[in-house]
Amino acid sequence: MVETVFAPWDDPNTAPLISFKNVTKRFGDFVAIDDLSLDIFEREFFALLGPSGCGKTTMMRMLAGFENPTSGSMSLSGRDIAGIPPNKRAVNMMFQSYALFPHLSVWENIAFGLRRDGVAKDVLNARVEEMLKLTRLEKFGRRKPHQISGGQRQRVALARSLAKAPKLLLLDEPLGALDKKLRQDTQFELMDIQEQTGTTFVIVTHDQEEAMTVASRVAVMDEGRIIQVATPEKIYEAPNSVYVADFIGDVNILTGPVKAVGADTYSLNFGGKEPVTAACDRTFTEGETTHLAIRPEKIGIHAERPDGSNAVQGKVLDIAYLGNLSTYHVQLPSGQIIKAQTANTRRISRRAFTWEDPVWVSWSATAGVLLDQ
Amino acid sequence: MRRFVLIAVPYFWLLALFLVPFVIVFKIALSDAALAIPPYMPTMKDGLSAMFSQLDFENFVFLTEDDLYWKAYLSSLRIAFISTVLTLLFGYPIAYAMARAPHEWRATLMMLIILPFWTSFLIRVYAWIGILSTEGLLNRFLFWIGAISEPLTILNTSTAVYIGIVYTYIPFMILPIYAALERLDASLIEAAEDLGCSRMKAFWLITIPLSKGGIVAGCFLVFIPALGEFVIPSLLGGSGTLMIGKVLFEEFFSNRDWPVASAVAVILLLILIVPIILFQRNEQRQQEAEG
Repeated sequence: MVETVFAPWDDPNTAPLISFKNVTKRFGDFVAIDDLSLDIFEREFFALLGPSGCGKTTMMRMLAGFENPTSGSMSLSGRDIAGIPPNKRAVNMMFQSYALFPHLSVWENIAFGLRRDGVAKDVLNARVEEMLKLTRLEKFGRRKPHQISGGQRQRVALARSLAKAPKLLLLDEPLGALDKKLRQDTQFELMDIQEQTGTTFVIVTHDQEEAMTVASRVAVMDEGRIIQVATPEKIYEAPNSVYVADFIGDVNILTGPVKAVGADTYSLNFGGKEPVTAACDRTFTEGETTHLAIRPEKIGIHAERPDGSNAVQGKVLDIAYLGNLSTYHVQLPSGQIIKAQTANTRRISRRAFTWEDPVWVSWSATAGVLLDQ
Repeated sequence: MRRFVLIAVPYFWLLALFLVPFVIVFKIALSDAALAIPPYMPTMKDGLSAMFSQLDFENFVFLTEDDLYWKAYLSSLRIAFISTVLTLLFGYPIAYAMARAPHEWRATLMMLIILPFWTSFLIRVYAWIGILSTEGLLNRFLFWIGAISEPLTILNTSTAVYIGIVYTYIPFMILPIYAALERLDASLIEAAEDLGCSRMKAFWLITIPLSKGGIVAGCFLVFIPALGEFVIPSLLGGSGTLMIGKVLFEEFFSNRDWPVASAVAVILLLILIVPIILFQRNEQRQQEAEG
């Protein structure tokens, strides 16, 4: 049995559920969305990730119908949706503040959308019960929103937005108000519910860990543009720019001119004693300034010079102890700081290195990514 | 001990400023009119036991016999009710517009609502005479634009009373409704629209229920003082408008019948207690819902 990987974005025959074509949105002089094109496919869990003010919320509000694009077109299932008011779209939204109606019970909140559609009473009852069960809120149906906890309110908001079985569910920072532990549990719950209902989810978040955990694809945004759209692995391991590499997780950037030294291999003179080599299938002209991005966990730390392609010497400047991991900040003679991460498989009393220790940091030629911008 | 002192202060306040005056008025209501100073008898001068033995409910019985009084009460209730509804109809849109106005405008708008209070209430009501009279500003304006050929008679009708009450009490309606609407989270309306409501439907299903506390508070704040209103009906309403406040004034100052005037006041107070208690309940429920 061949299990197909869920990747409709790689199949040119799949029609996208949502399609943005050259969408621009201006608020006065401010350009919130700048000539943006994007396809989102059915059953995807799509994350819009970026710092505040990057335009991710504007994109979501355009999908919901609260804003209209200044130019460009937006379609849902092939139908142009520009100008269609929010109450006429098969799109529902879960608000950041949850926006639960305080004067209605949990049950009535969930039933609200169905009532507007004039659903028959027994169908409505069954659907609300189903939603309560899906979000494990059976016992809380009669309570008012202020009588339940933050995590339960979040689930009511989710149940309410799912009750009408929308084609597309928008989630605006859905877990922002929850504490870290609850947030992690809820991320998996969200994924389960997305899978069970088969609804397409678009989530807006500024938390990269959250985006990486839940999403099938992540779009990294900055200043109204999409910098990169890819699966979480690709975004992390093969970022297309220093911005993406830096935004997602921790990264070391070494900058300098490159020189080709073999097939797909370059040497980069970053200002250290000797240049480092990096493998890359892209072509760079000789002397072009490039950036080598390497993740701290791909850098080893040793007392003696190891055998391997790249090794530089420095001394331990700082140690960030995170419990399961330790990040060593190693200062090179040139003043640059390289972060190297090791898993703490031993107890802390037996840690190999301490402050001011001279150490070697090393990484393989394939550990990093060469980027031109 | 400290708790006792703490509770004693408001109780003393109520006793001195409400209960004692009420007992005095009630005692006068049970007395008989007399050509004396004060114009009633018996008084404390007659001795306590003699005074108590001469008190009776005669004046209250009189109020039920002369239909002027209960007609005045009913007419006051009707006028207070209609003006409350009118004040709500005008006040709600104003409060709504204020709550939806840009943030930097709100303080100014609030100022405009409160500003008239800095002028004497009496002068403002007098000003309406100048506007509403047959030779007044309104008639001259309507004449000038050609809307009328004969002057309208507005002054000395109940229309003028309604205009006066709505004008005077509208801030009491606007402020609590504005407070409720300003607290309203705009994303609730968006959520309602997102779930299939039109703008209008979202207003009825979300905005109105969530500003109910403000509406109820505003209605009581208008209804309660409007019921006993004296200045507006006597200045703008002329002789045609019957309101209990005016009757009370006439009994007291024109007829110098303090006992009957006191009986009228006691009944008015009893009528007002019902809406005041309802108002307090609403406030309490409001606080509980927020807590």
